Amino acid sequence: MAPIAIRAQGLTKCFGHGDVKTYAVRDVSFEAHFREILYIVGPSGSGKTTLLSIISGILRPDTGRVLVEDTDVWSLKENALAEFRLHKIGFVFQDYHLFPNLTTVENVAIPLVLKRQAWHDATREALKYLEVVGLGARANLNPNRLSGGEQQRVAIARALASGPDLMIFDEPTASLDGDTGRKIVEFVKREVLSEHRCIVVVTHDDRIYEFADRILHMEDGRLLDGKGKADA
Amino acid sequence: MIGILRIAYKLLVNDKGKFAALLMGLTFSVFLMIQMTSMFAGLMKKASATVTNTGAKMWVLDPAVTNVQSAIPLPDYLLDAVRSIEGVKYAVPLYSGGALVRLKDGTYQPVTVLGLDDTSLYGRPQLLEGKIEDIYAENGFVVVKDEEYSKLENPRMGTEFELNDNRGVIVGTAKVPASGLFGIPTLYTTFNRAVQYIPSMRYTISFILVEPQSMADVGRIQQAVARLGYDALTERGLIDRITDWYIYHTGLGTNLLLMTAIAFLVGLSISGQTFYTFVLENIDKFGALKAIGAKGRELVAMIFFQATLTGIIGYGLGVGLCALLIALARLRLPDYASIITYGNLIFAFAMVLVISAFSGYIAVRKVLRIDPYDIFRG
Repeated sequence: MAPIAIRAQGLTKCFGHGDVKTYAVRDVSFEAHFREILYIVGPSGSGKTTLLSIISGILRPDTGRVLVEDTDVWSLKENALAEFRLHKIGFVFQDYHLFPNLTTVENVAIPLVLKRQAWHDATREALKYLEVVGLGARANLNPNRLSGGEQQRVAIARALASGPDLMIFDEPTASLDGDTGRKIVEFVKREVLSEHRCIVVVTHDDRIYEFADRILHMEDGRLLDGKGKADA
Repeated sequence: MIGILRIAYKLLVNDKGKFAALLMGLTFSVFLMIQMTSMFAGLMKKASATVTNTGAKMWVLDPAVTNVQSAIPLPDYLLDAVRSIEGVKYAVPLYSGGALVRLKDGTYQPVTVLGLDDTSLYGRPQLLEGKIEDIYAENGFVVVKDEEYSKLENPRMGTEFELNDNRGVIVGTAKVPASGLFGIPTLYTTFNRAVQYIPSMRYTISFILVEPQSMADVGRIQQAVARLGYDALTERGLIDRITDWYIYHTGLGTNLLLMTAIAFLVGLSISGQTFYTFVLENIDKFGALKAIGAKGRELVAMIFFQATLTGIIGYGLGVGLCALLIALARLRLPDYASIITYGNLIFAFAMVLVISAFSGYIAVRKVLRIDPYDIFRG
């Protein structure tokens, strides 16, 4: 089995106080490995996105810890945490969050620029990632001139550009039709997954379950099997 | 950091509608601020025209005098007393008063008459035509060839005219650095002729012009003149007194200050509001940047860069627009009282920086509060 990429231990996160206190994630532990596509699935409000945010260093848990490779994510200070996200995590957001006033290649270059690469080097390298997702010819278009599927691929290229060990996909097919969604996930499995990369996907779209290596079911903030065993 | 600022630049300028709105607000604000302050500077320059044109280092005057047009005549003994003060190199009288020139069609044109010390002609203007010694000729006057010159029907060398029922002859034309505030022509003659032609009170000296032996003597001269019950002001001091009088006793300063403050507030509100809206519309993008790994200080740098860049471009456009308007106005009104001084430019630039800092600050507060988790939640 491939080495462990993520080790989540006893994660709990609740919102609100007193009578309105709600547990979004309750005592969740699991592991994910390199060269693995791990799905976290469940109904709306089950805590999937909260869990995703915790393991990617965005939302601090109330208890528990997250190890990405050997880094204890939540022991990092704010700036170090930002650096960690920049270098280790690639995000593909549900709504893509591409900048409409930048060209496609400039959008992809953002993580490289944040890594202090010179502008021309960053855009040149970004173009390579765009070619990986098959959009090299569309480098100079603005994202709003692309289809939903193409925008999703730009978002993937941007996530790839930071050279992450861990890629986070939040509802990757939510804004796409069934066929395009399947093609995107198929592409991710074929082109994005690698020996040194783990992919975590949050979804409730059962049409793409077949691409998962493992699926964790969540409900009411808990993993249904308690330990996050594979059941795909 | 340059790459990040480049992203900020592209985000700003590629949103053409917002960028244009931001620039329009700032340009309008800068235009109004510079226009108001340059109009004030122009008026003050004209109000102090006699002082600057004369070029005397020190002026002795009655303490109640607030501007050159309202001179209170000084007793003759004061001139001797000033001349005897230690540190005074020389002191001469100056006459400043108004008279009426009768034009060919029988109408009258008010003029300002400056009477120069007969011995030294200290404070004389630069001649364009004629010789200065001709001012001693019978009925000799030198006319200033400024924007008001035509009101005397463009007199030439040798032109005769009637001034307060006395004959006058143009013996020279001159130019001066600034023309007066009230739009009336200026004639130079000797002190004695001015006193002779223009009805006056018992005392005839309007001002005493003083040349100190050195600038170190100025303080001592001022103290000695104060003991005599009069004021001795440097050129700058007299200009400041005139300016203060217009600012605080005529309502002019208050109105201009009010307009400038309104211009500033217009710029502040338009720019602040538009910039805040711009950031709000991109808030999810800034949140995404934060999630990807942008640090707080990088987002702050992006926003302040955008605010400052907009401010500087708006400032340049505002200054340019104001300069264009003044140039166009001068084509039609050569005496248009508006000058853009370095002080105006620095003042407006400082105000623009305040506007940019304010706009940036309210935007930064919003951006720093974004929780990237909200981006995931949608």
